Amino acid sequence: METNIKAFKEGIRDGTPIALGYFAVSFTLGIAARNAGLTAFQGFLAALLTNASAGAYAGFLLMATGGSYLEMAIVTLIANARYFLMSSALSQKLKPDMPFHHRLIIGYDVTDELFGISIAQKSWLNPYYFYGAMLVSMPAWATGTAIGVTAGNILTTRLVSALSVALYGMFIYIIVPPAKKEPIIGLLVLISFAASYIFSELAIFSKISSGTGIIILTVVISSLAALFLPIREEEDDTHEG
Amino acid sequence: MKANIYLYILVMALVTYTIRVLPLTLIRRQIKNKFIRSFLYYVPYVTLAVMTFPAIIYATQVPLAGGLALVAGILLAWKGASLFQVSISCCMVVFVLEMILV
Repeated sequence: METNIKAFKEGIRDGTPIALGYFAVSFTLGIAARNAGLTAFQGFLAALLTNASAGAYAGFLLMATGGSYLEMAIVTLIANARYFLMSSALSQKLKPDMPFHHRLIIGYDVTDELFGISIAQKSWLNPYYFYGAMLVSMPAWATGTAIGVTAGNILTTRLVSALSVALYGMFIYIIVPPAKKEPIIGLLVLISFAASYIFSELAIFSKISSGTGIIILTVVISSLAALFLPIREEEDDTHEG
Repeated sequence: MKANIYLYILVMALVTYTIRVLPLTLIRRQIKNKFIRSFLYYVPYVTLAVMTFPAIIYATQVPLAGGLALVAGILLAWKGASLFQVSISCCMVVFVLEMILV
């Protein structure tokens, strides 16, 4: 009980900078929602029900052009497919006997950011840690979207520009310490940076959406690494605790 | 026939939830296969790295600001700064630099 409360508070603490970044990013999402003809309430609802950025953005674009529901399902599937990979990785951070209802709730909010802080946990993921982070970040995401719909121009470009790197700062925080500790991860991070840069610069890939690009690069680099640099046996115990 | 926005949102929500919840509910034990274990162990770092760069330099008004935010973030995280410190410092670097350059 006490550990759960402590974990919940830690989740709120770690979720706060995420909420800050969400607020800024979802603002721009709200502007896209407005352009698609959504009301503030509809934008709020879409954000709260999907907890997605690229996925929701692609959805709004489709609404604007009047696509079919089937097209909506396919576009959402493609834009959010990386969450399938993330959830698979996250499944290995859940204690095998974790009750089903916890899995159902955690599955509701596997975002890039909450996935990141969950993976950074030292032992099994305590569901209450995740709930603490959900509690602060989900309202920020939904409110930011709603405000973006009604008043997309309140924040200055300069402020939006500065706040937009908050989320990248968080990714950096998550990948650097393990990269420092394990040279293989450091090497993978550098390779990923380089590959991602080349991918984004090459004209032949320009037709591939960034969501699909992320999946392709993640699968290729992680597979090669797993093939040639498999984890050693002592790392098998990293999740015990 | 004009499509209904609430039905659009419902479709988005259902598809997104299914993608996320399936692996969490279907994979309920530790995977033994060494290749898959290694693959899933590396996925988070690779995917976060891929999402960070070069996206961070395109997110700001001036690419240099995003680039320096990246360098500052890496240095601070390397020195053991907290999540909040790293994240806020990246924002500050961009804010100050763009105040000068833009």
